[in-house]
Amino acid sequence: MDKKRRDFLKIAGVSTLAGLGGTAVVDRLVSGTSPVQSEAAKHADNAQGGHDSHQEEAKSGNRYGMVIDLREFKKDPALGDKVVEVCNHTHNVPDFPKKKDEIKWVWLTGYENAFTEHSQNYKDQGTLDNEVLVMCNHCDNPPCVRACPTRATFKNADGIVAMDYHRCIGCRFCMAACPYGMRSFNWRDPRFALDMNKINKEFPTRMRGVVEKCNFCAERVGLGKQPACVEVCGSSKAIVFGNLNDPKSEIRKVLKENYTIQRKPSLGTHPSVFYIV
Amino acid sequence: MYDSGKILTGLAIFVLFVTFPIWYNHGDAGAVPKVEKAANNATQCVRPVDEMRSEHMQLLNEWRDDVLRTGDRSFAVEVDGKKYQKSLMNTCMKCHTSKKKFCDECHDYASVSPYCWDCHVAPEDMN
Amino acid sequence: MFEKALKGNNNYWIWLAFLGAVMSIAGICYIRQFTTGLTLTGMSRDVSWGLYISQFTFLVGVAAGGVMLVLPYYIHNYKEFGRITILGEFLAIAALLMCLTFIMADLGQPLRALNVVFYAQPGSMLFYDMLVLNGYLGLNILCGWVILTAERKGTHPPKWIYFFVYLSIPFAVSIHTVTAMLYCGLPGRHFWLSAIVAPRFLASAFAAGPSLIVVIALILRRVANYDAGKKALDKMVTIIIYAAIINVFFVGLEFFVGFYSDIPGHKHTLQYLFFGLEHHGHVYDNLVPFMWGFVFLFVIGLTLISTPYFRNNKNDIWIGLGCASIFLSFWLDKGVGFVLGGFVPTPLEEVVEYYPPANEILITMGVWAMGAFIVTVLYKIAIGVEEEMEA
Repeated sequence: MDKKRRDFLKIAGVSTLAGLGGTAVVDRLVSGTSPVQSEAAKHADNAQGGHDSHQEEAKSGNRYGMVIDLREFKKDPALGDKVVEVCNHTHNVPDFPKKKDEIKWVWLTGYENAFTEHSQNYKDQGTLDNEVLVMCNHCDNPPCVRACPTRATFKNADGIVAMDYHRCIGCRFCMAACPYGMRSFNWRDPRFALDMNKINKEFPTRMRGVVEKCNFCAERVGLGKQPACVEVCGSSKAIVFGNLNDPKSEIRKVLKENYTIQRKPSLGTHPSVFYIV
Repeated sequence: MYDSGKILTGLAIFVLFVTFPIWYNHGDAGAVPKVEKAANNATQCVRPVDEMRSEHMQLLNEWRDDVLRTGDRSFAVEVDGKKYQKSLMNTCMKCHTSKKKFCDECHDYASVSPYCWDCHVAPEDMN
Repeated sequence: MFEKALKGNNNYWIWLAFLGAVMSIAGICYIRQFTTGLTLTGMSRDVSWGLYISQFTFLVGVAAGGVMLVLPYYIHNYKEFGRITILGEFLAIAALLMCLTFIMADLGQPLRALNVVFYAQPGSMLFYDMLVLNGYLGLNILCGWVILTAERKGTHPPKWIYFFVYLSIPFAVSIHTVTAMLYCGLPGRHFWLSAIVAPRFLASAFAAGPSLIVVIALILRRVANYDAGKKALDKMVTIIIYAAIINVFFVGLEFFVGFYSDIPGHKHTLQYLFFGLEHHGHVYDNLVPFMWGFVFLFVIGLTLISTPYFRNNKNDIWIGLGCASIFLSFWLDKGVGFVLGGFVPTPLEEVVEYYPPANEILITMGVWAMGAFIVTVLYKIAIGVEEEMEA
């Protein structure tokens, strides 16, 4: 099957699945590749010849999600910091000395900060003691994507809410739109606060003036690996990652066997990150 | 016609001004830069050399959209059984190990400054 | 007609030079911001919009306020507004240019601004805001210029222009409605998530815009020998009174919903703005003086423009002061409180306060100076044409 036809089928399939009808089609059309790019794509196909068999199948219908087991984090108090550290290193997240410039992908916060809608009186000590790992929820219905005027932030085929730093104009509408406060802005050149000798050499940094956030390790997941934060948890199963749309996946099994909560469920954003408290 | 002298002088000055780079360089575009050959004895690029020379920017844009937006992480090319992913930092710069001697040579000559390296890390920038 | 702007007395040139100086300082500040980044502002990941966007929001209202002159004149054939309608249209042009400048100043990657067009997203309110703002700007330039040109020639404006004049009326309403939708469609920001934001914006706009025109008309009477007409000003004051009361009424409704329902999320921002919000033993209240300034100036302004003693006073200084108070009052309400307050508390229920540093304040002042510069030049042209006709 040639690339163009596959693209077409993908677009048609995704549009229908998304159930957004007309707007989805328009979105796709508008954000389609420019003539220059499709020209280049043709060349690419010619040069590639028979390598098509190496390509992965179109991943329609994936929706990656995460279950975070806070009990495991309480058992091993060092684990939370380890997760934050490995994420910061994997994605070259800068550590600014001034709080005003701060950039965060994943971090630990209090139970009441993370779960503002679960604020029952007389909480038990166990609940209050929780340090909750928060990150982008990769919502199924993401308000940030709706707000973005350039589709610099978008939901990819794996259900990951991704950022295209090449396209972001830095209007910060997505930051106002995110009801979880999970987005950060590069108020200044992030390399100012990075030790360039210690960065992850396989992943870019960001530039001044764009918004960034957790990407669910799209660059690793796309290559069949687990996200860095999941990997660092080792065999503890403190974080389980998988395809929510696959009823046989491990994450679905965990969700079925445990009572889990999501952050601010009443807003209808359908977060893909679940918590076992 | 009013002030034809002034207008013509003005026009002449304008033409001289906009063509200044040509006069200044005596109509010579300077020596065409020679870029560094690929390191690690690679014999083949992901595309023919001529095509890369003229269209690498379109290819990089296409890779970017494939990987980042479409999630198509299929391999760019396979040489002698080794597969190369669509990646500036992890494919291109593994053979062309110097941004200064490879990218900048031509970009400086052509007076273009692409913003790739604002985010992507040049080999020289890490040790 | 631009030559009219090139002939003026000393005061005119001194005023323009002063504005030019402020703009130059702001220009230098902007170069600093452009090269270093928005870290030179008071914004952070918690308060991610600051003065630029709040000024933008307020000025969209000033631009929309011009319709309060256009509508009575063209729809209701209220002849008294004939002389000052052009002031409303030209003020809208200046205000819109300020809006667009503020947006550019706020962007992290201003050179990519056209991505909003290249990758147009019909689902994003910012896309529609871009459309209506530029549309309204174009309409005002077109209508203002064509009508003024016709006036200068002593002829009636061409018939086709009326289509665009009428079109500009729904556009005026839409610019402020869409700007309100930037805020009121965001989940999880309780203060903004209110259906009354758009009507409230419009009411405040229909008071603030005309207030500014009245103030400017009274200044022009002194410095440019320009008489807007007592009846016209009086009618505008009536419009301002109604619109101002409706705006404050809407604010009052927000208070009722928040405090009677007693839902914390609906109260927090109002508490923060008017009384200070207590959080972990610390009371955060840096916007409280501004909000009580809003209330105080509203009461003063409304008293001055609505009580017969001041309103019918021979000395029009009272009307001027009254309108200036209303304008300033609603600037505090919308140009300071509304946008900045909405970020408190943060989605993680922390409180982070915003303090703009000098660089950001100077850029903001520079954009205001730019607006004043454009208004001055445009009004000079408009008045020059009128004088020419009378001569």
